Amino acid sequence: MTAKTPTLAVWKFASCSGCQLTLLNCEDDFLSIVGAIDIVYFPEATKTMADGPYDLSIVEGSITTAHEAEQIQRIRASSTTLITVGACATAGGIQALKNWADVDEFISIVYPHPEFINSLGTSTPIADHVKVDFELHGCPISQRQLIEVIDSFLHRRKPNTPSYSVCVECKLNETTCVMIANGTPCMGPVTRAGCGALCPAFNRGCYGCFGPSETPNIASLRDLWHSIGVADADLALALRTFNAYAPEFREASDHYVG
Amino acid sequence: MATKVLGPSGLRSLIDLLHAGGYTVIGPTVADGTIVYGSIASIDDLPIGWTDTQEAGSYGIERREDDSFFAYNVGPRSLRHYLFPPRQTLLTIEHAETGLRFCQEPPDNIRYAFVGVRACELAAVAIQDAVFLDSPHADPNYARAREHSFTIGVNCAVAGGTCFCASMGKGPSCTAGYDLVVTEVIEESHHEFVVEAGTEDGADLLGRVEGRQATDQDAGVVDAIVKETARNMGRAMPTHGLRDLMVEGFDSPTWDSVAQRCLSCTSCTLVCPTCFCSTMSDTTDLVGTARRERTWDSCFSLEFTYLHGHSVRSSTGARYRQWITHKLGWWHDQFGISGCVGCGRCITWCPVGIDITEEVAKLAGRAEAIA
Repeated sequence: MTAKTPTLAVWKFASCSGCQLTLLNCEDDFLSIVGAIDIVYFPEATKTMADGPYDLSIVEGSITTAHEAEQIQRIRASSTTLITVGACATAGGIQALKNWADVDEFISIVYPHPEFINSLGTSTPIADHVKVDFELHGCPISQRQLIEVIDSFLHRRKPNTPSYSVCVECKLNETTCVMIANGTPCMGPVTRAGCGALCPAFNRGCYGCFGPSETPNIASLRDLWHSIGVADADLALALRTFNAYAPEFREASDHYVG
Repeated sequence: MATKVLGPSGLRSLIDLLHAGGYTVIGPTVADGTIVYGSIASIDDLPIGWTDTQEAGSYGIERREDDSFFAYNVGPRSLRHYLFPPRQTLLTIEHAETGLRFCQEPPDNIRYAFVGVRACELAAVAIQDAVFLDSPHADPNYARAREHSFTIGVNCAVAGGTCFCASMGKGPSCTAGYDLVVTEVIEESHHEFVVEAGTEDGADLLGRVEGRQATDQDAGVVDAIVKETARNMGRAMPTHGLRDLMVEGFDSPTWDSVAQRCLSCTSCTLVCPTCFCSTMSDTTDLVGTARRERTWDSCFSLEFTYLHGHSVRSSTGARYRQWITHKLGWWHDQFGISGCVGCGRCITWCPVGIDITEEVAKLAGRAEAIA
């Protein structure tokens, strides 16, 4: 008896679609993925839009409207396993900056017909609304890690997605520390690995795209950034980017914003 | 053993002969604003006329006024990058017609010649030998890389700001573990390299290059150079009773105080030339191949001690304590030696500049105050 091919649904909430496109960009591996899993709902890739239940739902984007808040409940109810991907789904994304602002004021300035806009005052991660089985971080996510997560789902094993800092990847890649050698402010020591330490490899500081590492010591990083001439307000800006609403970055940015 | 004095052309010949002998020559070179080990095609790739400046959490390179070849100290890479690489596939498992096929990855066939290896580094390799070779489960990859390597050591003529090998008894002069050892003598009238063989292989190679016989006077110059370097060490480790201090300091407030600054970024452990921890992961891919991979890991990562639902060392203080008490304390019980060679890498490459010698001094000071 052969096992039934598991079904996959890919969902989009408030996001730029970059993370779900990571799946389409898998090229050679994409053929292996579609050979191993049956994509039954993926509006950005296929016209097929089958009803659930789904064995695996991959969810991109954050919750920013009342409609989305309802929809994610239905998705959860019809999914055996639900995995969120990207900074929007796991931390509210860059649009979570509105959590610190007056959204009605934005709407009144930006839209000619503000009455058409029905948006919540917040952008929140999926896990604030439903139980999430696994979170894959990154803005955008790493293709290698996405394949690893799908593969581990198919083989019923734990994914190898370390939560230690970007510094580990720099060292494994033999990349010289840009803070120590060049005095470049770098978020690497407080940022989760996964990107392969891309920016330091090009002599840039880490921007924190993958969100907080497992035990980020932001107070100590702040003292270090101070010593290389970065003011608290600038540290707060660096924390309030793609993963601004991730708890550790959120609390530290509130503290240092001044 | 034979000792000869070479000029720069003699040193050039030495490296050329290593290439001709089929070695992949690794030595210090300038890359990304750092003097690090890299591939050396000829002596022209050495950091000629460069030096480094190292302090806690700070590193830079600058030009010297002379054309010295070896007037700097160790960079962030150590020989463990070559002997025990950061990532290694150990095993692949594939589907075959008759079940599964297990393929052990063959060791690399590279024969390394390491050039410009400092005393602290040689001491670190000796420590890693104890870890990887002197056990019932010797590491075959490490063993092969070691067995076929050729090493040219260098006696340090300058001491770095974070160096403390002299206090650890591991330098600045090379005493073992080399095929040849070089001392660079640079004076207004001449630029020479006093080269001494440590093995038959070294003596053979030395015999094949042009140079003059060394005299007692040369030996005196070498001695004076290393003594001067020892006097200029940037730091010193308080070594008296170190092992017991580590054992007794288990509940010291030092650990929590370090944890305030420690980023638990793992840098200290990954630049340390003696740290040997790794994690083993079994991965699958979508076409049905499984791989067993070994990757460097660190006692500063939470997953490193993840057992049965939680991490044993959840606080940063506990993780720092584990690193330093193992390195300076339990290492003696485990391998009969200290795990620290005084290279200073962990001090230079700690982003926040945590200084192992300073923390030990604090620990000793607190222990003394209590006593």
